[in-house]
Amino acid sequence: MHSSVTLTLNGESRVFEGPADGPLSVSRLLAVLGLETKKVAVERNEEIVPRSRYAETWLASGDSLEIVHFIGGG
Amino acid sequence: MDGTIAPEGPVTDDTWTVAGRTFQSRLIVGTGRYKDLEETGRAIEASGAEIVTVAVRRVNLSDTGAPMLQDYVDPKKYTYLPNTAGCFTANEAVRTLRLAREAGGWNLVKLEVLGPPPLLYPDMQGTFEAAAVLIKDGFEVMVYCADDPLAARRLQDMGCVAIMPLGAPIGSGLGLQNPAMLRMIMENVTVPFLVDAGVGTASDAAIAMELGCDAVLLNSAIAHAKDPVLMARAMKAAVEAGRLAFRAGRMPRRMGADPSSPLTGLIR
Repeated sequence: MHSSVTLTLNGESRVFEGPADGPLSVSRLLAVLGLETKKVAVERNEEIVPRSRYAETWLASGDSLEIVHFIGGG
Repeated sequence: MDGTIAPEGPVTDDTWTVAGRTFQSRLIVGTGRYKDLEETGRAIEASGAEIVTVAVRRVNLSDTGAPMLQDYVDPKKYTYLPNTAGCFTANEAVRTLRLAREAGGWNLVKLEVLGPPPLLYPDMQGTFEAAAVLIKDGFEVMVYCADDPLAARRLQDMGCVAIMPLGAPIGSGLGLQNPAMLRMIMENVTVPFLVDAGVGTASDAAIAMELGCDAVLLNSAIAHAKDPVLMARAMKAAVEAGRLAFRAGRMPRRMGADPSSPLTGLIR
């Protein structure tokens, strides 16, 4: 059974299908988005999600995530 | 090392240390506002910098395969110094640097909390608030600040690891407008002291170093030059020249001439 999760990702509302075997984790979300975990950082509801806990951090509808990386800057 | 300098070649024993990390180059360069990442990489290479500032921004989720800064500026070769450019409140700056720490895995950061355009002048109240939170949270904070001797001293006393006042507004290229004040602030600060904004061309960077700054931080002066790679080389040379001149100790200024050739033995 799939359940859908509505997240605010970098300011935009997106709907994701959770995996059949349980809730949606941050790891799973990054994989779906095609992002390398080593090059990004994730904040969930204004709290840092440590990289070591991506696999066990479960997302729920209404969560707001910021996914960032380094770019050129002065 | 005895501090002597080979007639040609680099000075290898004149290092500086911030938060326990020692560097040879006294030029820190930004990685922003270049034509493309390829030019960014070449200019940074030419600058000889060992530390580069980087910004933290949202990933473009509709184009996750786009080339990344790390592909052109190797984080194993350069020390990435994440900044808080574009942060106008203490809270934004703190959140940004916590994300940077998670993305990069290091504590050394550049804090800047800015006032509104067109000046983007350092917002010192926000800067103090953010510095307090970050230092408590284990960050090593290099701080962009106003050229205010009391603020600089307070930031040092709070535990900031480098004090970095502006020489002129960010990206203005006006050159150092406040050399006397920078000098006075520097004399009251014991942690590394850098000029962080306002450099427009090579002579400005040399002036900062002649004043006795430990290093200079700049971005636009290279990125907005007609030939950024050539200007990066110029900045490298200017910072080295300015540093050597500071160490050499300039001659005293005098109001009047003092001839270099003997005044005796002249033909008559």
